[in-house]
Amino acid sequence: MPGPPPLPFAALPVFWLIGSQLVVAALVLAAGRRRPRSAVIVSAGALAAAFGWLAAQVGTITSGGVVVEHLTWVPHLGVSLDLRLDGLALIMGMVVTGAGALITLYSGAYFKWGPPTARFVGYLTAFAASMLGIVVSDNLYGLFVFWELTTITSYLLIGFEDEKGSARAAALQALLVTGVGGLAMLGGLVLLAQQAGTSSLAALLADPPGGTVTTVALLLVLAGAFTKSAQVPFHFWLPGAMAAPTPASAYLHSATMVKAGVFLLARISPAFHTIPFWTPLVVGIGLTTMILGAWRALRQHDLKLLLAYGTVSQLGLLTALFGMGTPAAVYAGVAMLLAHALFKAPLFLVVGAIDKQTHCRDIRLLDGLARRMPGALAVALAAGLSMAGVLPLFGFVAKEAAFEALLARSPWLLALVAASSALTVAYTARALWGAFGRKPVSAQADLVGAKAGGTPLFLLLPAALPAALGLAFGLLPGLAAPLLEATVGTAGAGALKLWPGLKPALGVSAATLLAGLLLFARRDAVERLQRAGHRRLLAKWAPTGEGIYRRALAGLNRSADRVTAVVQSGSLPVYLGIILLTVILLPGSALVLGTALPRVDFGGHWAQFLTGGVVAAAALAILRVRRRMAAVVLLGAVGYGMAGLFIVYGAPDLALTQLLIETLGIVIFALVLFRLPPYFREARWRLGRALRLGVSAAVGLFVTGAALAVGTASRPPPVSAYFNENALSAGGGRNVVNVILTDFRALDTLGEITVVATAAIGIAGLVTGAVRSRRKRQEP
Amino acid sequence: MKHRPSLIAQTGLRIVFHTLVVLSVYLLAAGHNAPGGGFIGGLVVGAALTLVWAVDGPQRLRATLPLPTFTVIGLGLLAAAAAGTIAWAQGRPFFEAVAFGLDLPLFGKVKLTSVFLFDAGVYLVVMGMVLGILVNLGEEVEA
Repeated sequence: MPGPPPLPFAALPVFWLIGSQLVVAALVLAAGRRRPRSAVIVSAGALAAAFGWLAAQVGTITSGGVVVEHLTWVPHLGVSLDLRLDGLALIMGMVVTGAGALITLYSGAYFKWGPPTARFVGYLTAFAASMLGIVVSDNLYGLFVFWELTTITSYLLIGFEDEKGSARAAALQALLVTGVGGLAMLGGLVLLAQQAGTSSLAALLADPPGGTVTTVALLLVLAGAFTKSAQVPFHFWLPGAMAAPTPASAYLHSATMVKAGVFLLARISPAFHTIPFWTPLVVGIGLTTMILGAWRALRQHDLKLLLAYGTVSQLGLLTALFGMGTPAAVYAGVAMLLAHALFKAPLFLVVGAIDKQTHCRDIRLLDGLARRMPGALAVALAAGLSMAGVLPLFGFVAKEAAFEALLARSPWLLALVAASSALTVAYTARALWGAFGRKPVSAQADLVGAKAGGTPLFLLLPAALPAALGLAFGLLPGLAAPLLEATVGTAGAGALKLWPGLKPALGVSAATLLAGLLLFARRDAVERLQRAGHRRLLAKWAPTGEGIYRRALAGLNRSADRVTAVVQSGSLPVYLGIILLTVILLPGSALVLGTALPRVDFGGHWAQFLTGGVVAAAALAILRVRRRMAAVVLLGAVGYGMAGLFIVYGAPDLALTQLLIETLGIVIFALVLFRLPPYFREARWRLGRALRLGVSAAVGLFVTGAALAVGTASRPPPVSAYFNENALSAGGGRNVVNVILTDFRALDTLGEITVVATAAIGIAGLVTGAVRSRRKRQEP
Repeated sequence: MKHRPSLIAQTGLRIVFHTLVVLSVYLLAAGHNAPGGGFIGGLVVGAALTLVWAVDGPQRLRATLPLPTFTVIGLGLLAAAAAGTIAWAQGRPFFEAVAFGLDLPLFGKVKLTSVFLFDAGVYLVVMGMVLGILVNLGEEVEA
């Protein structure tokens, strides 16, 4: 695909938007351990600068412009780094960078500027870079790469407290669930790119393909989006991910990463929502998730879990809105997305502050914090009321827009969302009361909070800013409106109003508020009902996603054990036998069936008979010797003979390599032989000897035949001609072998040296493991 | 197995070792036009290290090259991958060869290519691999 002419690196601001974060992350991880304060300042500064740059683009984007950049990567596969900053990317990017900068500051205080700070902040910044990559990627494959990078950084952050088994398990669970979804998505993206004939997202959406293949592709992509955004039945990983330190929960698992799925929906839904299955499926899943999350949030006692189920519920609503795909729904969805980031992140941060001050997150035990932490209370109220959708906060404005969009579609949808809103009001009240309210004195529980000090500035300020912004956007919706309109592309798709007038949507809002407060007032009854319902119905009948995950994982481990027990018998002769038999059976049979007997040409240089004779003599001698070391030396002689043949035929590079490999090979063999008995052992049973003889003879015949067949059967014009002609002009070198290795086939070589490196790691692991287990055996 | 240094071997090593190292660098540098290259160069320097290990023992080997194995290998992989991104940085496909002239004070005009960086990476990885084998398998022989 011919893109616009390449630009020098420096002139690619969007690329550097991501690149600078990656550089900072590497820097912080490498050098920040001793300097937590500098690490936090540098990371937060980089994110704030990115935010500033994005903010400077608001004018361009809202007046209808886009910033587009192209970087070629693997042009033949259509893989490139195409970056495109449009309205949706801008608003999401500002959430990522803005929340990132604030939460980075917060994490410094959260970790008390201690040693883990830099590692945490480094991961966080690396995550921010990947997330920005998702947001601005215009290439399907580029999108996937960044998508998986967020999965990996999320894994590192969930398992940050890696000394805890539960944190490691939660991290693995999130990694596997979102990773499987990501793989499905990759399949879907490849199919989509094939169908559309382009890997550019913008081009794909401008001219969406149709047909069965596209349907399958979209289902696969949806699997990726649903796992990432914790939709039913994959929602369970998100509450589990609360094992992460609270700043990570606030950032990844409420404000940004879990939005990646709904963000993708917002991107592609307008182009595909007319496909019949799309709306019922996506909206259905979204609404189910919404109700289920809100319902389960009402049952939680851990503040973080309560908020996490709340996030699941809100993500469900976003999925439903974006799934409808109409401009009005997408508009309302983006407003909700922004509102959610502005209220959920502060709530998490306040919970983190409470956790730091009291070492407790259980709403049954927290008591009287309203007086002890008034600053935190103010922030939590502002954010919580926005979450509950109370006038005049931005959550209310966004929810009104959503109600309007739903009402236009179907009153039934509105009824469901209203029900979930009532639940939202109830769990918000539960969270606020749980964190700050006075608790009745009970006998069995020790209430905490009486001794809590105030909230440190850096734990409060990062939470206060977005909460205040939620208030500002609520009072003056005109501030946010142009940005939102730029995301939909058409002005007038929806309107944000603080006071919508006495319309049905307002009535619904009031009703949900009342119903929610009623649910909260009767919370004991609700809790009893939930517990009974869970015990009677769900626990018995409904297979939960988590249960399926557990069973699948256990089954995988079991079958892996079984397969390993069969395949890895631990006997070298068996391994070797299996490998050699495979060689004989597969390529060997092809050789016998496929090729005519080649004519053997014995002509050539006289020296080849000499070296050939040496090789043959050494090979025969190996059969006679009894000492392993002697066999190795003779094997070396065979190799040197081969090197001689290479010289005779004018391949000095190969000869040199062969000589060196043989030399080092003998040394390495010697190292291993120290561990083996000095003499070969006779095979004990006769059948075994016969078997070995048969296999050896067959392999020998096969190799000889293959060498002859390959030498004569190269029908298509060999690629070597191309290499010979172009080595100097294109590769800039006269040594063809080297030019092939380092230029024409550089990517292959990179793969090969990676294999070499992996082998080195493997050797180190094997040896250290062996030494350790031997020590263990000797110690007791 | 107790290590007994041999005077002849040790004297021989003094003569051969540096020659081998220089030869390996020459092979690396000359590789693009004459026989040689990063792989062969890496093997030659690996052979030199093997001699140190065999003659002077594992302790001296570690003193000769005080870098951990994985640092060497990691640097090599990094260099090779970085070579690919040079062309990228100029807006051309990944791993396209890029040549640039350089004026060095003593050597005069030197033509460097991204391929050289790549080959240097291969050199380091191969050297690290040999070193790793010696350190890991060789250590235990002594124990």
